[in-house]
Amino acid sequence: MQEVVDLTINFYRRNYIEGLFLSSGIFKSADHTMERMLQVVKKLRLEENFNGYIHLKTIPGASPELIHEAGLYADRMSINLEMPTEIGLKTFAPEKSHQEVQKDLGLVRDRLIQLKDERQIIKHVPKYVPAGQTTQMVVGAHQESDQDVLFMADKHYKEFKLKRVYFSGYIPINTENNYLPAVGSAPPLLRENRLYQSDWLMRFYGFQVNEIVNEKFPNLDLDVDPKLSWALRHPEQFPVDLNCADYQMILRVPGIGVKSAKKIVQARRFGKIHTDLLKKLGVAYQRAKFFIRCEDSPKFQKELSSNFIRQQILTQGSSKYVQQLSPQLSLGF
Amino acid sequence: MFNDEVAYYFDGSMVGLLSCVFRAFQFKELQVRLCLNDAAQHGLFSDKIEISNNEQHAERVWSALQKKLSSSSLRQFYFAYLSESLDAYQHLFNYCIYVFTSHTSVEKDYSHSSVLAIAQWTKKVGREKHRMEAFIRFKKTKDELFLSLVRPDFNVLLLIQPHFKRRYQDQRWLIYDEKRKFGLYYDLREIHEVSLEASKVDRNLKNGMSQSFQLELDEQEVLYDQLWKDYFKSVNITERQNIKLHVQYLPKRYWRYLNEKLIES
Repeated sequence: MQEVVDLTINFYRRNYIEGLFLSSGIFKSADHTMERMLQVVKKLRLEENFNGYIHLKTIPGASPELIHEAGLYADRMSINLEMPTEIGLKTFAPEKSHQEVQKDLGLVRDRLIQLKDERQIIKHVPKYVPAGQTTQMVVGAHQESDQDVLFMADKHYKEFKLKRVYFSGYIPINTENNYLPAVGSAPPLLRENRLYQSDWLMRFYGFQVNEIVNEKFPNLDLDVDPKLSWALRHPEQFPVDLNCADYQMILRVPGIGVKSAKKIVQARRFGKIHTDLLKKLGVAYQRAKFFIRCEDSPKFQKELSSNFIRQQILTQGSSKYVQQLSPQLSLGF
Repeated sequence: MFNDEVAYYFDGSMVGLLSCVFRAFQFKELQVRLCLNDAAQHGLFSDKIEISNNEQHAERVWSALQKKLSSSSLRQFYFAYLSESLDAYQHLFNYCIYVFTSHTSVEKDYSHSSVLAIAQWTKKVGREKHRMEAFIRFKKTKDELFLSLVRPDFNVLLLIQPHFKRRYQDQRWLIYDEKRKFGLYYDLREIHEVSLEASKVDRNLKNGMSQSFQLELDEQEVLYDQLWKDYFKSVNITERQNIKLHVQYLPKRYWRYLNEKLIES
């Protein structure tokens, strides 16, 4: 234990590290493990003047007192859901359950709410997990759909007020279990990327989870990103007139991000939005042009089919994942 | 066409820049090209005017800006200034003209090229600030000083000062900008500006290889340096390696300042 403390503080003082991510396998019991981790964190904070960031993995099943005390010293706490579906979890880790994880996430959430209320009455309420809680799940190990994954993420954002949900593409290491992808097969990086894009849509772009995936479209499109995919499925929502549409709708235009959308809304108070301004603001114009109207857009424009737009955009850029997507064999020149 | 264009020559300081703005309004010269004193390029037909620094004038312009702008716009103004680029200076000048000649608040008018340019310069300088907060590596010397030599793209040392002061209150540290030849030294009580001979500290300063300090270091410095290198190697997941992205986040020009990246010959 002293080793962890020494190493951390010496790395910290040389500015090698921003903070510490402390996790542990369970030895003896959940409480025993959690107590040891708590000791490390307290030593760093109280004896070594460690002002860095601390991310603490909560041990599932540890006593509420220990978890509450740890929250006073850690910036962020997390417990992994491991698998997006309960069935998946039961297949690979029968000793674990989502219920236990959720119980602990709930403990910290309730404490956070309680302290927030107290802060309105009492001036000095101690800081408690200021960077909030997160969780992580492995994707690509079991046959879960993207709908399973994203609905699970959404539920945890809403019910447990999580700051982040992380998705980790499965890297095969196990040769014994035939249910798992074979060793040597590439991790599903593209799928992971699409999941994170969807996660951003839910957190920053005002999308509801069922707009991204639903019974009809349970899996994300690997060719195009989820925002473009939604736009192509909803031609009735476009084109968006940037000079009068509200912020939420501008945000939904493929090729326009949060910062550009805000700049557009600010800039149009001073004059009409023209296409050349959009390019300067940092909008991906080649993508956005199919979905918008500006002051200088032609009055009459032929309506383009979703399929046509999709083809246009796909031929424009070369995705870094092209090789993974291409069904053709590469000849290597 | 450029016959009546005026060129102001100034020294690149904030006081100089604000003195230029003062002079512009004094003489109603609102179309001005800014140049640095040491620059040799003179427009053939333009009027060349040398602007001397005037603290009082600068003070007046700054307090006028404070009245006109929100604190976040003032911060942007300062950040953009720290880019040390003539292009940014020109935009800051034009921005002042635009702000002072407008009756309403124009600080969010991104359709104006200077408003937009300042936002973009701020982003670049802010990115450099963030990088420096992360990329600085201290070496502990025999007399318990934590020392770091850096070469930031922009002049961000004063911006990162509060971060390091808050973070390391109980250790003496020195961060030295070898390009701008000044450093910040914290003596456990306050921060002083210092200068030193960088090439005497780092024997590889001129040849681009990894830093190599010719100072007496703490006994354990080699140990922790090696432990950090080992750690860096062991957390790498080869299946997920993405060199292009890595270099994007950690451009090669910073590598010689990071001990986990070894550059030899």
